[in-house]
Amino acid sequence: MTEERLLALQEVSFAYEGEGGQKETVLNRINLDIHKGAFVSVLGHNGSGKSTLAKLMNALLLPKEGTVLVTGIDTRDGELIWEVRRHVGMVFQNPDNQIVGATVEDDVAFGLENMGTDPAEMRTRIRESLQAVGMEAHLYDQPHRLSGGQKQRVAIAGIMAMRPSVLILDEATAMLDPMGRREVLNLARRLNREEGITVVNITHFPEEAVFSDRVIVMRAGQVEWDGTAAEVFADPDRLQALGLDVPFAVRVRHALAAEGVSLPFILHQEELVEHLCKLLLKR
Amino acid sequence: MLQNIAIGQYVPGTSFLHRADPRSKMLFIILFAILVFLANNVITYAILIAFTVMTVMLSRLSLAYILKSLRPVWILVLFTVILHVLITKGGEVYFQWGWFSIEEKGVTQAIFISLRVSLLVLVSSLLTLTTSPIDLTEGLERLLGPFGRIGVPVHEIALMMSIALRFIPTLMEETDKIIKAQTARGANFTSGNLIRRAQNLIPIVIPLFISAFRRAEELALAMEARGYRGGVGRTRLRTLTMSWRDGSIALAACVLLLVIGWWRT
Repeated sequence: MTEERLLALQEVSFAYEGEGGQKETVLNRINLDIHKGAFVSVLGHNGSGKSTLAKLMNALLLPKEGTVLVTGIDTRDGELIWEVRRHVGMVFQNPDNQIVGATVEDDVAFGLENMGTDPAEMRTRIRESLQAVGMEAHLYDQPHRLSGGQKQRVAIAGIMAMRPSVLILDEATAMLDPMGRREVLNLARRLNREEGITVVNITHFPEEAVFSDRVIVMRAGQVEWDGTAAEVFADPDRLQALGLDVPFAVRVRHALAAEGVSLPFILHQEELVEHLCKLLLKR
Repeated sequence: MLQNIAIGQYVPGTSFLHRADPRSKMLFIILFAILVFLANNVITYAILIAFTVMTVMLSRLSLAYILKSLRPVWILVLFTVILHVLITKGGEVYFQWGWFSIEEKGVTQAIFISLRVSLLVLVSSLLTLTTSPIDLTEGLERLLGPFGRIGVPVHEIALMMSIALRFIPTLMEETDKIIKAQTARGANFTSGNLIRRAQNLIPIVIPLFISAFRRAEELALAMEARGYRGGVGRTRLRTLTMSWRDGSIALAACVLLLVIGWWRT
């Protein structure tokens, strides 16, 4: 993993203007660097500013103060805004409201058409990106015939076709069933590992953060906590005080520790099962 | 229950007409409409009928199917026939009963008018039957392209049409859901007189509108995030290319124009 800074937020503040002119500060002097190839999860309660953070990263919103740099480009630079959006792809929450094309093929083509890609090149890229998300069999399907997870995979394919550096999932799994959620997350992890895509997963499911290199916890417009998954989940009480849930395995370990049963630090459910079985055998 | 409605009644296929360029099909229909109104005697109508039957055969769709799908139009045709037979006067009197009479001109007029309407409807329905809605919008965008220079937002209109097509099934599903939700809350959509029933639709229409606006907003954001910036500098995945099929359609159009021009009186 290179230590190249892909996204850099420097002293970024953002406020929405409410009715009557009063300002509602959503982000307050945030400093954040995201390196190439990282898998970052942003956890936070509703209204913690995590979605606004995502929209600042691809120039859908511009900071009121401070600068956002994407591969060194200031997002305020009006001429390079399309370059920024090509670099930073974004998948939104509602799968139905982000598919533009009448067929899967047309939808994946949408971003490429906006970039002015040559039609022959478009077809190869569409094929490649649909293969990357495992949806190549649905090329000519209409989007409303697909499941929620499949729709999100198509949305990811539409972004992958644009060859981005960063994939932002803005609560992309929130409206999916558990199976769809797993589909999308496994895909994001695979793209991160195999294609070297930097992933920023914005979520309120702590379980999703377990697999990431880095977890950023947001609270009231500020970065409350920034560390590895192991560090952040080591203190379940603090997370729960922030109104955030803790992964099941962490919760069980913590509860057992209170009862005097000590287990090594674990994040994943499979690890938990393994350790509990070992404990049982020792008895 | 609403999912089964076919949009644009497109029947997929690989026939000559299916593969022809939507632009040439659309242009041909405009010419055909003019020809139908130029035809004014038995020979010219016979030629047009023969040609129409040939086109139907080229589409490889069953004539019975097409005729059945046009049922509402036949009622209209029947109406015009009856009106013309009863109202248009002149020529030999076939039947007289008091003030009521059926005369030669009425009968010929009825036949010609109904032929015009049926031929026109039949041929233009072949367009929607053999062209997918996506190709239709694509063709329309290209055909209207020149108007873009005088300020007509052609690209935007075409994009609006294709997004509308894309969202029809989504909104249908949503309507279905709202109906169920309102029924569960005690709404009644199946009884009462016409006005009452129309009033009962309000609890369906309002939530549908609100959600459609929300969807539009989110979609606009998603489109922007994917680099949408209007029609300038945009390329298209679907490139329409003319083939020998479109050449033969042009040829057929020329021949038809000459023949009708020659034989009309």
